[in-house]
Amino acid sequence: MKTRISIPATAKKGDILNIKTLASHPMHSGFRRDAIGALVPRDIINRFRCEYQGQLVFEAKFGPGTAANPFLSFHLRADERGNVVFIWIDQQGERTEELRFLDIVDDEY
Amino acid sequence: MKRRTLLLGAATGLALQLAPHVYAKRLKATMALFYGEETITVGRVHLKTPPLAENGNSVSLVVDVESPMTENDYVREIRIFADNNPVPMLASYQFSPAAGKAGVATRIRLSNSQTITAVARLNDGTLWSGSSETIVTLAACVDPLL
Amino acid sequence: MRSAAASLLIVIIANFLLPAASATVPLTNTLSASASASASASASASAPVASRAQSGYHFQSSDTQSLQDDDFKNPGMLWVDTGRQYFNDATGSKNKACASCHKKLASSVATTFPKMNQHLGAVVNLTTQIQHCRSQHQQAEPIDYESETALALTAYLANHARGQRADHHVLAPPATLKQSVEDGGRYFNQRRGQLNLSCHNCHQDSVGKMLRGDLISQGQSNGYPIYRLEWQSLGSLHRRFRACDIGVRAQPQALGSDTYINLEAYLKQRGAGLLIETPAVRR
Repeated sequence: MKTRISIPATAKKGDILNIKTLASHPMHSGFRRDAIGALVPRDIINRFRCEYQGQLVFEAKFGPGTAANPFLSFHLRADERGNVVFIWIDQQGERTEELRFLDIVDDEY
Repeated sequence: MKRRTLLLGAATGLALQLAPHVYAKRLKATMALFYGEETITVGRVHLKTPPLAENGNSVSLVVDVESPMTENDYVREIRIFADNNPVPMLASYQFSPAAGKAGVATRIRLSNSQTITAVARLNDGTLWSGSSETIVTLAACVDPLL
Repeated sequence: MRSAAASLLIVIIANFLLPAASATVPLTNTLSASASASASASASASAPVASRAQSGYHFQSSDTQSLQDDDFKNPGMLWVDTGRQYFNDATGSKNKACASCHKKLASSVATTFPKMNQHLGAVVNLTTQIQHCRSQHQQAEPIDYESETALALTAYLANHARGQRADHHVLAPPATLKQSVEDGGRYFNQRRGQLNLSCHNCHQDSVGKMLRGDLISQGQSNGYPIYRLEWQSLGSLHRRFRACDIGVRAQPQALGSDTYINLEAYLKQRGAGLLIETPAVRR
């Protein structure tokens, strides 16, 4: 599954960062029919988590009502330098994990 | 021809005048299903969806809740409801104070024209909501998959 | 609630009574007077060129337009990313990547198609050329026209030429392409199907009018492959042709067929002056 993540590489402590993610997934709702009229079974990513400093910052639980190739934009308050972890979990339980390092720069240089 | 379109337009307009009552009833039923007897106060939640969506498969949604997001005062969860969809709860988003801001932007699916509602639960247990209405138009030609 | 209903009422009545005002559609991607004059001069007598070519971008809602404008959010870019990877990945029994032969790929490559492939003795478009390269030069498993691989590679190469004029050499086609453009023009103007409509009837005669909830565009091809909201995935121009043919209840042609390649060549000439927008987002 291809993913795209937009997060600043550096931030000042206390900054509220806007993070965007995009994942390639058809998100079959289970309500659509194929070329011969049969129902295409539900196949969706149903959870997205963003963890930072070992804690959960943001979690999204999707139903079939989220558009294909799900896009999410949320926020994170920069604190200590470290990894920000992005996890997508689909209905089969398969996980896709991505890591981005967030560097904290000081106000005074 | 002109007279017919005028009548058709007027009939549709009349139907829409009646629609708010239908919308309100449906919304009430959906809220009762998920929140029972709990009080939901309208306010603090700013929900934005386009007034007209040219395709129900991908409609932009932006929700923001006024909150300082401190340890003592933060938004725990925002749930999005589309009461005329086959599955009324579209998504639920959980936050911790570390998020800094309680807001999400995403893209949702709407099967019909309807009211979309966002309900936020704060850490003190109170519920706040905001809504937005979107008309979904249909494509001209049926597009079979390949 | 009442004011919302009142504004909805106005919207619906306006839709029924007024043809969607073409004046509200901004004409920012149009030819200058001199350019259109030279375009019509070199166009063959049987192939009318849209008098002011307008990209389908201008016939989308602002929400859809903003999705196309944002390279991060545009889902079509996921295929462009994949295509870039495939272009550089070695494959096939010769273990070659596209990049192995095409070391310095000109960004304008996508604008040169459709064109005559001398070895094949046929007019090819970018996708059929990729299919040919894949099986012949890379000795890899043949890929389907609408497969993820073919779509990704086509999207990547077309995106590489984004912002350039799509028509390149089609305006003054070499003799090898002239017949293709003419055949395409004939298909464009021919009525077909149970609904007995030609491409011309909607995309020339009825541009700017409403067809149910759709604002009819000129049917230009400069954004392809597109991310179509209806498909919820990236798709090719030929897939869109098939959808239109089925829409008028006509027999659709095969993906990658000569008929559709000729139509593609004609559309490029018809859309003279338009810039490549791949991956465009359309409803």
